[in-house]
Amino acid sequence: MDFNDTSEEAAFRAEVRKWLEANAKRKSDDKQAYRARVDDPGLLRAAKEWQAKKAAAGYARITWPKEYGGMGGSPIQQVIYQQEESNFLVPLGFFDIGLGMCIPTMMAYATKEQLTRHVKPALYGEEVWCQLFSEPAAGSDVAGIRTKAERDGDDWIINGQKVWTSGAHYSDWGIIITRTDPNVPKHQGLTMFFLSMKSPGVEARPIKQISGGANFNEVFFTNVRVPDSQRLGKVGDGWKAALTTLMNERLAVGMPSGGLDVDELLELARGTELEDGPAIRNGHVRSKIADWYVQAQGLKYTRYRTLTAMSRGQTPGPESSIIKVVAAPKMQDLGALAMELMGPAGIMTSDVPGSGGFQAQWIGGAGFRIAGGTDEILRNIVAERVLGLPQDVRVDKDVPFNQLGKTK
Amino acid sequence: MNFDFSDDQKMLKEQVRKFLADKSPYKTTRRVLEGDEAYAEEVWKGLVELGVTAATIPEEYGGAGMGALELCVVAEELGRACAAVPFASSVYLATEALKLFGSEAQKKAWLPKLASGAAIGTIATGEGPQAPSPRNVRTSFGGGKVNGEKLPVADGTAATFAIVLVNTGGSGDRSLSMAIVDLAGAGVTREVVKTVDPARKHARIAFNGAAGELLGAEGAGWSQLETLYDVAAVPMAFEQIGGAESAMWMARDYALQRQAFGRQIGSYQAIKHKIADMYVKLELARSNAYYGAMMLSEGGADLPIAAAAARIAATEAYDFAAKENIQTHGGIGFTWEADTQFHYRRSRLLSLAIGGPLAWKDKLVTRLERKNAA
Ligand SMILES: Cc1cc2nc3c(=O)[nH]c(=O)nc-3n(C[C@H](O)[C@H](O)[C@H](O)COP(=O)(O)OP(=O)(O)OC[C@H]3O[C@@H](n4cnc5c(N)ncnc54)[C@H](O)[C@@H]3O)c2cc1C
Repeated sequence: MDFNDTSEEAAFRAEVRKWLEANAKRKSDDKQAYRARVDDPGLLRAAKEWQAKKAAAGYARITWPKEYGGMGGSPIQQVIYQQEESNFLVPLGFFDIGLGMCIPTMMAYATKEQLTRHVKPALYGEEVWCQLFSEPAAGSDVAGIRTKAERDGDDWIINGQKVWTSGAHYSDWGIIITRTDPNVPKHQGLTMFFLSMKSPGVEARPIKQISGGANFNEVFFTNVRVPDSQRLGKVGDGWKAALTTLMNERLAVGMPSGGLDVDELLELARGTELEDGPAIRNGHVRSKIADWYVQAQGLKYTRYRTLTAMSRGQTPGPESSIIKVVAAPKMQDLGALAMELMGPAGIMTSDVPGSGGFQAQWIGGAGFRIAGGTDEILRNIVAERVLGLPQDVRVDKDVPFNQLGKTK
Repeated sequence: MNFDFSDDQKMLKEQVRKFLADKSPYKTTRRVLEGDEAYAEEVWKGLVELGVTAATIPEEYGGAGMGALELCVVAEELGRACAAVPFASSVYLATEALKLFGSEAQKKAWLPKLASGAAIGTIATGEGPQAPSPRNVRTSFGGGKVNGEKLPVADGTAATFAIVLVNTGGSGDRSLSMAIVDLAGAGVTREVVKTVDPARKHARIAFNGAAGELLGAEGAGWSQLETLYDVAAVPMAFEQIGGAESAMWMARDYALQRQAFGRQIGSYQAIKHKIADMYVKLELARSNAYYGAMMLSEGGADLPIAAAAARIAATEAYDFAAKENIQTHGGIGFTWEADTQFHYRRSRLLSLAIGGPLAWKDKLVTRLERKNAA
């Protein structure tokens, strides 16, 4: 056991570091980060510029084949790049959905010409993509979506509404899951497309979030015309395509990086006086710090185990399925305790230790437990896919979609 | 990046697993638990023959000269089987104590016997219902004689010698020392005490002028104990992980098989999420324990923190899996006949053995404070 790079990995790391030194600014400390105001247009511009530089150097998507602007590199090289990049002050976060989920789905289903047209602009940050899956009536149960696509000659006409679509308001393209046949059970009547967010009839309205920002949207589709050539997979095979996306989502939605963690909590507890003395001497506080430290380390080393498998060219085991289920509640609870240490003033979002970071984390954690699969759905996934336990009872499984809710 | 056990280590693990599946089924654990045997002698003999009691003993003392990683894979399998053997006491604790603190003569005297199975060691620290500390250890040592009573001593009737935490005068932490006592000698009486896990017998040992000699420096006992517990915490964590995984699969298998309200109980989320949580805790523990194993095997400076994290995570994983395994089984899980009891009992024994989670959490934070201040 050791954490050392192989000689090739070390050479690659050195190369990456050299490139980053030449092209970006080093963070002055571990936690310095662009604060997540992804709805700030200035930040988007900066992120696009950085993405273009990265892509030109081949680092934007290291594992993709060279023909699509990747490096044909290994997953471990991708990770090495990310590790190194995390030491630099660079704007990130706008392209994860596109490059992590949408384009991989395109790669599985789109034609060669379409890929030639779309991959490079996405990679270079020229075009942003969004994922149009969730709807008001279907989130966890995403196969229950209602947005319709109806055949009209060589085109399809889309009508309906999506919701919680991150980045829709600044996206150029999206992948969308639609219902093309309501006469069959829900999973069988779905079809996936990709479409321009600038198409006539598409309207994205940002929704203000608890955090005060507005990065997700409701998106309305009114007679939006999409050519059949933009269909991804067969008609009625949309669920299969959606699973491709969701599988990639599970890989992409890992841990939020750069947040306040145990070290900062420890520091806060040392500097805080409770009624009976310094917070760091309080047994309950110590016990919580220990719990979260153990969780944080557990996640870190779980990643290392996954990396080890990848660096040997093996498929990682199921262990990484635990990451979000642990990281999200931890983010929320750690924030909450830090706020409690500040007394009633813990509700303040400035003029407090951590510059409001603990408060932001407490708020953000609530969303992180939902986005990309809720805690409950993730537990189902662990139970069903890892441990082989039975699926939940699904009363709607064999009922034609348009008969749902009508029986009994 | 190589954060995994080697193929050889995995082979050793497989070998021990097969041996235990064959020679130490729950039936054997039950036999010891229900009867008067101090431990399952045939299982212990088999382990000695496999060479695992000699694993970490250097070759010059008759051992196999393997590293901590080998010990960890063995420990995981012993945990999985809930084996009724004094392995933790003799190997993680007594053997390691001799390696860490023994004089050349002491190593020569005891390590070859430990390797060959001729001796079984244990450690005797506590003196009743409180965690041992410099404030409450009264068993004394002077003029080569030990006097006092230790209670409970793990594997105290199986052991042939004990490392006894003794009071040698002086003040505070410096009042404690370690002494080795041959339990077959004069002035030692022992009797089995009742515990929640009689598959690992515990004893009350009275020392009446029993002959002993210091292990390590006089007055260093308390700090030696802390060092020793860090070293033992890692294999102990693997043992707990083995047990937790075993309990998890027991619960999962039952959840597939048992029906209620016309469905498998495993299709109810209250049950399936419980078992998913067992898995989550298990993986967190495993990852922490791997890091602990790495620090232990390379003598890393981060061992005190890594060992504490491994210990805390593994205790949490095993305690949770063992109790919720019973819950998953319903009424049958609470019967004497069910195998659920072995893990429930063993999880508690292991979680208290070298200090409970409260104590380890406190230690961990102290160490983090120290590290962050540095
Ligand atoms: C910040 C953020 C960004 C997002 N970005 C996107 C995006 O870009 N694109 C996109 O398509 N979607 C996005 N989403 C939507 C997200 O995927 C859904 O919110 C999520 O899947 C939950 O669906 P829902 O909101 O409909 O809740 P519901 O599915 O209605 O769930 C409500 C509650 O019921 C529980 N529940 C539901 N089903 C079960 C079950 N079978 N067993 C047990 N409990 C159950 C849930 O766990 C939850 O607690 C985003 C969400 C957030 C918060």
